[in-house]
Parts: sequence; C-alpha cells; structure tokens
Amino acid sequence: MKKRDENISAMCKPTVGEAGRTGDWRDLRPVIDHSKCTPFVKKKAACYLCWLYCPEAVVKAGIPVEIDLEYCKGCGICAEECPSRAITMVREGQCND
Amino acid sequence: MKEVIWFGRGGQGAVVAAQILAESAYLEGFKGVTSAPTFGPERRGAPVTASTRISKDPIRMFSQVEMADIAVVLDDTLLGVVDVKGRVRKGGTIIINTSCKPEDAGIDGDFDVATVDATGVALKLRLMKEGAPLINTPLLGAFAKATGIVSLENIEKALRSKLPAAAASQNFETVRAAYEGTVIKKAQG
Amino acid sequence: MTDARIITGNQAAALAARLCDVQVVAAYPITPQSQLAEILSQYVESGQLRAEYVRVEGEHSAMTVCIGASTVGARVFTATSSNGLLYMHEQLHWAAGSRLPIVMCCVNRGVGAPWSIFNDQQDSLAQRDTGWVQMYCRDNQEILDTVIQAYKIAETVYAPVMVCYDGFVLSHTMMPVVTPSQAAVRKFLPPYKPHTILDANNPMTINSVLLPNQRPDSEGVLRDGYMEMRCKLQSALDKTPETIREVNRQYAEAFGRDHGGMLWTHRTEDAEVILSSMGSLAAEATVAADALREEGIRAGAVGIRVYRPFPDKEVVEVYRRAKAIILFEKSISYGYEGGLCSDLKAAFYGSGISAVIHDHVAGLGGRDVKARELVAAVKASLARSQAGERELKTTWLNCATE
Repeated sequence: MKKRDENISAMCKPTVGEAGRTGDWRDLRPVIDHSKCTPFVKKKAACYLCWLYCPEAVVKAGIPVEIDLEYCKGCGICAEECPSRAITMVREGQCND
Repeated sequence: MKEVIWFGRGGQGAVVAAQILAESAYLEGFKGVTSAPTFGPERRGAPVTASTRISKDPIRMFSQVEMADIAVVLDDTLLGVVDVKGRVRKGGTIIINTSCKPEDAGIDGDFDVATVDATGVALKLRLMKEGAPLINTPLLGAFAKATGIVSLENIEKALRSKLPAAAASQNFETVRAAYEGTVIKKAQG
Repeated sequence: MTDARIITGNQAAALAARLCDVQVVAAYPITPQSQLAEILSQYVESGQLRAEYVRVEGEHSAMTVCIGASTVGARVFTATSSNGLLYMHEQLHWAAGSRLPIVMCCVNRGVGAPWSIFNDQQDSLAQRDTGWVQMYCRDNQEILDTVIQAYKIAETVYAPVMVCYDGFVLSHTMMPVVTPSQAAVRKFLPPYKPHTILDANNPMTINSVLLPNQRPDSEGVLRDGYMEMRCKLQSALDKTPETIREVNRQYAEAFGRDHGGMLWTHRTEDAEVILSSMGSLAAEATVAADALREEGIRAGAVGIRVYRPFPDKEVVEVYRRAKAIILFEKSISYGYEGGLCSDLKAAFYGSGISAVIHDHVAGLGGRDVKARELVAAVKASLARSQAGERELKTTWLNCATE
C-alpha cells in the first residue's frame, strides 16, 4: 500500500542505490591483486587511497579491500591512484561473461 | 489638531524638542501626538525642520505638516534663509529664539509673535553641550507660555522620563526661566 | 492613561521582536531600517533579549542565516528595505519553499535606479509572488501588534510573513504605542514547533532536487514531485486567511486591539465612493474620507491589511455597493498598472461588481501624499465618471508627466 507523502518541505534520507544499479554502467571492472595491496600484505589498516579517491564510495576499506560491483561505475580512478599498482581495469561485458 | 514646525539647524536639537513636546502633550491628555524629523540625511548646521502634531483624538495622518499653527525658530539667523512665515497659518504663532523684542523680530503680518533669549538662558544656567548652549529645551518653556497647550508640570514630567535626574532638573530650570522671559505680542486685529 | 510609549515604527518593531523572544537575529543595515537592527543589537548586548545576533555582510546572507536557524528550530527575525530586500530575493523563494515561519519587517523604501532612500512600496510589492504572507501596517501600534501576530500566523501555517511599514513616514515618526507585557505576549505566543527536526542520529537531506514527477522512495512511500510540493505551499496560503482572522480575534481578546483581519473599513456601509490603499496612506485615506463626507460626498475607506494571500472574498463583500473605487498605490507593476488594482479587478471577476475603478500611483520615492490631495483626486475622478467616462486610466498623482 503506497502511503501519501505528508512532508510539507522536501527532505529525504540517504540510501544506497538511490540512482539505480549503477554497476551496469561499467565498461571496465577493477580487479585487485591482493598480493600487492599494502593493507592485505601488512595485515593492518594502511594506504586505502583507493577508498579515499573513489567518487562513488563503493570501496570498503577493510582487510581485504572490497569493491561493491553492484554500484562501481568503472571509472578507474582507484587503479590510477593505487601506489602499488595493485588494481587493473579489465574489460567488462564480453559475450557470455 | 495643532501642527507645530520647529525650524533649526542640524545639531541644535529640533528633533528632540519636537519629541519632548509630543511626550508633554500626551501627558497633558492629548491622545493624538506625533513627532517627526526631517526625512533624509542631514548635516550639522544645515537648516532642518521637525514637526509635532497634537490632537485630542488619535492621529491618522502621517504626511508632512504643510502649514503650521505654531512655528518655533531655534535660530533667528534662519529667518533670512528660510520662509518661516510661508509655513504658518494666518493667525498662527511664531516663537523665536532671539534677543530682540517681538516688534523688532522682523515678523509682520497676521501672527502672534513670541520671543525669548533662549541662548542667553542656556548660557546663564550653563546648559551646554559640546561647547554650545542647548537652546531646544528652554524653547519648550516659551512654547508653554505662548500657546498654553502644555503645562510646565508636564514638560517637567516628560524631561524626567527621558533624562537622568540631575540633567532633567537642570533642563527644567531653563524651561522655567525661558517661560518667565518670554514676551508675547499678539497680532494686530 | 494607558501605558503607552511615544516611539518610532522602528522602535515598535524592535520591541515586538524582543517581546516575542526571538532567538536569532541576522540583519544588515539599510536606511530606513537601520535603527531597528541597531536597537535589537543593543537589546542583545544588554541581555534584555537572549538571542544570537549574527553579523552578516549582506542581506542575501541575512536571509540565508535565518533559513538555517529556522530550520534547526530557532525563532528568527530580520528586517530590511528596498535594494536590501531585492538582494535577498532568491532566498525569499527559498524560505517560502522550505515552509519556514520566518518573520521579517520590510521598512518600505523605493528601489533603484535611480537611487531613493525615501518611502514607497515597490520593494515589497515586487516580492508578492514569492509565497510570503504580506501584511501592511497603518501606524506604529499596528506595527507592534502585527509583528507579534505574525509569529503566531507563521508558526501555524508554516509560511514566512513579511510585515511592511512605510519608511520614514512610520519608521522615523514617533507616536503613542501601548506595549503589552512580556508575560502576556509569552502567554499569547506558544513556543515554535519546527516541522522538521534536524537530528544527527537520523540524518536527512533538506531541499535537494525534486524531479518533475512523483516517485516512490526506497520504503515504497510515493514521494512528491516538485509540483506537488509547491502546490502544498499554495494550499497552505489558501487556508491562511482563516488563521489570520483567528489570530486577530485572539489578539483582540487578549490585548483589546482589533486591526481587522484581512482588511479594515472606515465608513463603508453606505459609501458611494471608497478610497483604498495599503499602509500609512490608508490611514490618511480615512482623513480624506471624513473630509469628503463634510462636503456631502458619501465616502469611505478600506485599508488592505493583508495583500498576500489576497483577500479575494472579503473585497467582493466590502466593495459591493460602491459606485466608484479610487485606489492610491505606492508602487506599480511596470508595463501595466498597480498590483492592488489588478488583483481587485481579478477578484471582482464574475461577481457582478461594475464600479468605476481608478488607480493612482502616488508617493513614489517619498513624495509626500496629503489628505487634501486624496480629496481632490477623488473629486476629480467622480466628476469624470459622472460625466460619463467609464475607463479611468491610471493617474500619477501630483507628478509632472508629459
């Protein structure tokens, strides 16, 4: 049952995926080689430049680093910024992938 | 309704005099009083006017006073620069701060003329501000004498409501002295 | 004698804001409002008013600060005039669209170019489309009373209210004003309950983009599109006259002064010709009406107290029996005619009212308008209409034209 909007001024709450499944927009997908990723290798919080630079906030600064491919748009900034060159952008959407 | 125009120079206190008159009149029982300054920017020494309206009923007009029933001239040098007579109704009263007597004040025509040496009163009673005699307050005494619209009692009350006790007393001394010293010459027939 | 103080319009407005316990003041000085802002800052400095006085570098920021403060639940106050009001124009739309109960005094002054520091009402008339409630005061007593009422109105309907009064003519002129006690005002005005509570534990985005159409949010609630949200503002304003009348009634009961709700009348019951205006000129019009009556002309006056929302039902009732309606406006919608004139004609549409309506542009840039000039204008209009003229084009009163 759809409720009517009672608000008299515009307000909204942040929510994941408000603009839809933006992962569908990708042509290139980031792939992390964890053997080169500093926090994974050192087993502690470190670097996380990929998380800092990601414009979509889809990088999870954990151990290991995880990228939410539901929403990652494949912009490649994480790969560009990674000082260990741990991230490679790989062609998305090949037939039968 | 009685309309009063105060003719002064910026800094002489025409606006404050207009205000105190309004307060006094209200205390006297007039339900309708307004007082207004010249609208707009002014300079010290430049001719300015202020106005007071006094009525038994609340006032519903806020346009500028065109023709006054009473004019109070704070500075007799203004008589040569401003057309005071042209702003006073026939049969009205013109009160002037001057050491001249009414017949020598240079006002002819159908007006009652009242004169008082308010500058002299202020100097004698040492009512001064920044080196110059304060002549606006004494002229309230002249107003009371010449028109009878407000009493000395209510002028004193108004002064006491606006000034600290010592200043109010000193000011009121000049009001009383000016009241005593005001000479009135009624218009010729 | 009641405890009246002989004060200027600016003093009355400042006093009212203080009595209403406003919590945030952000105002930028501009003639002839300046003393109002100065007095409020003195109240805050001395502790008589426990508010935050935010110094801003311009009127746009002044309104922005008010919007922010009102959003977090503070009762706010600001004031401006003329080009200052124009400078905050975009934020006026914002405040109304955000449904914030901001109260602002507009000390009416003409707008540039050319520069004027003197009174006319072009500044506020030019804001009539913004969604603000607009009220016009005829004297300083009404200024004090209307600011207090404005908070109750604004905080009930959730729309900002502009209390307008004539620059210099009222702002700088002293007259008796009965001032209610702080306790009585506190009793009259309950505390402000914001419609939105900003809470860090429940974060929200306020006033982001709304798309053309409605759409469901992530919880399945159908959320408004831009148009619905704006329609809600109009609906609220449609219901505002009810609130205005009720607040006026409550105020009259509490304080003994009735300023008439949406409009007030003077000797209109049997009037053949009705003079109308807004603000101090409406008071002057009552003096003119009395003078006309002395000459045997059945004249009355109507003061339009609330211009927005427009009292369309009230005007049909009040002007119904008049044969001539003579308007005096201190503004004009350039390219057409005075706003009040157009709005009246629109309200009369379909009502059967066929009075001659003669609009006058008067008093622009502080040109003084005297009761005797209103009297002369009315007699001139009546002479022309009695001679058979039906269409009396807008007249610029006491102005050297052509």
